[in-house]
Amino acid sequence: MEICGTHTVSLLRSGVKSLLGDVLRLISGPGCPVCVTSQGYIDAACELAARQEVTICTYGDMVRVPGSHGSLEQLKARGADVMVIYCPRDAVHYAAARSDRKVVFLAIGFETTAPATAAAIIEAERMGLENFHVLTAHKLVIPAVSALLSGGDVAIDGLLCPGHVSTVIGADAYRPVVDKWKMPCVIAGFEPLNMLVGIAELVEQAVTGRADVANVYGVAVSPAGNRVAQGLLSRVFAPAPAVWRAIGTIDDSGLELRPQYARFDARAELDVQIGPDHEPPGCMCGQVIQGKVAPSACSLFATACTPVKPVGPCMVSSEGTCAAWYKYGSSITKAQVGPQ
Amino acid sequence: MTVNSHANSSTDEQIVMAHGGGGESTRRLLAEHVFPKLRNELLDPLTDSAVLNVPPGRICLTTDAFVVQPLEFPGGDIGTLAVCGTVNDLAVMGATPKALSLALIIEQGLPLTTLDRIVDSIAAAARQAGVVIATGDTKVVEHGRGDGMTITTAGIGIMRDDVQIAADRIQPGDVVIVTGRIAEHGLAVMSAREHLAFDSELTSDVAPLGGLIERLCSDGGDIKFMRDPTRSGLAGVLADLAETTGLTIEIDEDVIPISPTAWHAAELLGIDPLTVANEGKCVVVVSAEDAERALAACRRHPLGKRAAIIGRVFHRDPALVELITRAGGRRIIQRPYGEELPRIC
Amino acid sequence: MCLAVPGKIVGISRDPDDEVTGMIGTVDFQGSRLDVSLAMTPEVTVGNWVLVHAGFALTVLDEQAARETWQYIESADLGQMPKELRDLSAGAAEQD
Repeated sequence: MEICGTHTVSLLRSGVKSLLGDVLRLISGPGCPVCVTSQGYIDAACELAARQEVTICTYGDMVRVPGSHGSLEQLKARGADVMVIYCPRDAVHYAAARSDRKVVFLAIGFETTAPATAAAIIEAERMGLENFHVLTAHKLVIPAVSALLSGGDVAIDGLLCPGHVSTVIGADAYRPVVDKWKMPCVIAGFEPLNMLVGIAELVEQAVTGRADVANVYGVAVSPAGNRVAQGLLSRVFAPAPAVWRAIGTIDDSGLELRPQYARFDARAELDVQIGPDHEPPGCMCGQVIQGKVAPSACSLFATACTPVKPVGPCMVSSEGTCAAWYKYGSSITKAQVGPQ
Repeated sequence: MTVNSHANSSTDEQIVMAHGGGGESTRRLLAEHVFPKLRNELLDPLTDSAVLNVPPGRICLTTDAFVVQPLEFPGGDIGTLAVCGTVNDLAVMGATPKALSLALIIEQGLPLTTLDRIVDSIAAAARQAGVVIATGDTKVVEHGRGDGMTITTAGIGIMRDDVQIAADRIQPGDVVIVTGRIAEHGLAVMSAREHLAFDSELTSDVAPLGGLIERLCSDGGDIKFMRDPTRSGLAGVLADLAETTGLTIEIDEDVIPISPTAWHAAELLGIDPLTVANEGKCVVVVSAEDAERALAACRRHPLGKRAAIIGRVFHRDPALVELITRAGGRRIIQRPYGEELPRIC
Repeated sequence: MCLAVPGKIVGISRDPDDEVTGMIGTVDFQGSRLDVSLAMTPEVTVGNWVLVHAGFALTVLDEQAARETWQYIESADLGQMPKELRDLSAGAAEQD
């Protein structure tokens, strides 16, 4: 299983997946930060966007995700102030320049991205900003993987681990996964050859019955990870339960703002609730992101649900498994059907 | 009847509503800021319509609208784009571009110096392309309703009788050529946008292709098909072609011309360079026999120096555009969905 | 989640009043330049290669590791070193 959505896309886009063909089954796991974001969160973001005084700052992928009543893109077309940014600091600086606006940054992503949010909040605090807020939905990879494996539903022989998340958390972070489930964990980057080297290592371990942490992305990943980034995270955030779309709540798998940064929390400061999850009828995104079914198994795939008219986030997000399948080769890639 | 006081001042710094009113303000604006730079036989009479003498044969007519943001970007501006975009739509049909009409919708508040620069660009691009601005129109919209400026054009060209450009002429075995490095225009424009601003050596490739295409049509053998990969980029043109012809097009990623700067800028933004707009490039399809000849003809022209054969046409079901990746694998290229947003994830 | 791009630090500025978030690096990506926050990589120096994600440098790239990995791959005829890593290892070679 490749945990990370960028691995899914990179494997397809580089053509490596087409080379592996039927020999190896690659199952896409829950590593797309948009896909695993609960629909309640999206609805809350839309509710804020509809407010005249609010500017929503977001990464590009969130803009087309459909909530219960439309997407941010559609709200923008009706006049909502939705700004696509590249860096969370852009949101901070915009808030500083426009004291007349209430700026809400949509903080999604895994450990690769969360430290950037943390640093942005620290910067906003230093600048004394009162109009910068964050709607958090950051998620943590290891707790999610653990929950997936303890569910026991998916038969996998090894985990291809996300190279860039690992620059932050470190290769050693996978040790508990290896020890508890005897699951080979190989950390790889995103160049075709590096991914292949990583997959080769996984196969080697699986075939010889070994289970270990192996890091083939040593150029960027160290055993301990980036301590400074980890420090930023623990200064601003604390682990908290998080809702994973169609999987449910997983303990300690998300990040919440610590009390001393509570004033940056959009929920309290701007009085918005994150409601319960509800999946659109027929949508199998939840099962797709757990690696239980392939996109082709969903009756909506490529019919009612396409990148132009997506039903669920797996099709909207460029990293979503369904979007990647649709875009890069659903008819060439052999169907990777999950357990029958 | 009193003359609007704005119209009396010749030191106006901005476009105001009166400039679009059709009265004295308009006349003065055009007389001082537009006509002198665009003078030509067709325009000078300043009649409601231009009168053209056209030889017998087929006339090519195209129209286009330009809404680029920002108005001025590395390598050009909306004026350059308006002329080149229109001219290129004619040239890729195998027509010799002759004359353009130009309608400017200007937002109140646009600095006159900006208008001057854009009109200068229009004049320069028209000269370079060998076309004239035969007629035009100017309107002004209220502040907040115009994005600074938008331009609509129509263009007329005379069809060459020695070429026959048609997608249905494409056969299995034919070869696909692109005339130079891709992705530069779209990325250059993006680099100038406010919330993405990054410094780049990238400049737009916006250029009139009439000269290059003329060389190609004269010396390049039998040119079966041409299109310029603007919005939706190379991917868009190829996907359209596969759909129209019902044939599969196989492209080799390794040989697609792209500068390292463009490639890395696209990586940085998380955008596929195949989907990025080009404004000075052409996709050409010729038979295998004519491939080398067409390639050589392109390369003899300054705008085609980096032309390359990037792929081949096959009869294969289903009809797709398939990319042979650098890693030696395969994936399908599809038309991009619309706005390709910068990704960080 | 993981789109990070390698680039070379060509300039660093520091805000003396802002220890945590005041360090900014100008990073060159083969002809494009972006100012990124060095909040997560305070140890960098000009000439280092970093991985950039969402406007932040995530980590310094280990030049030695890069060179060794790709030398192995090239010697085993498994492929060609990507250009940016070739530049990276060329930089490392200069320092030897």
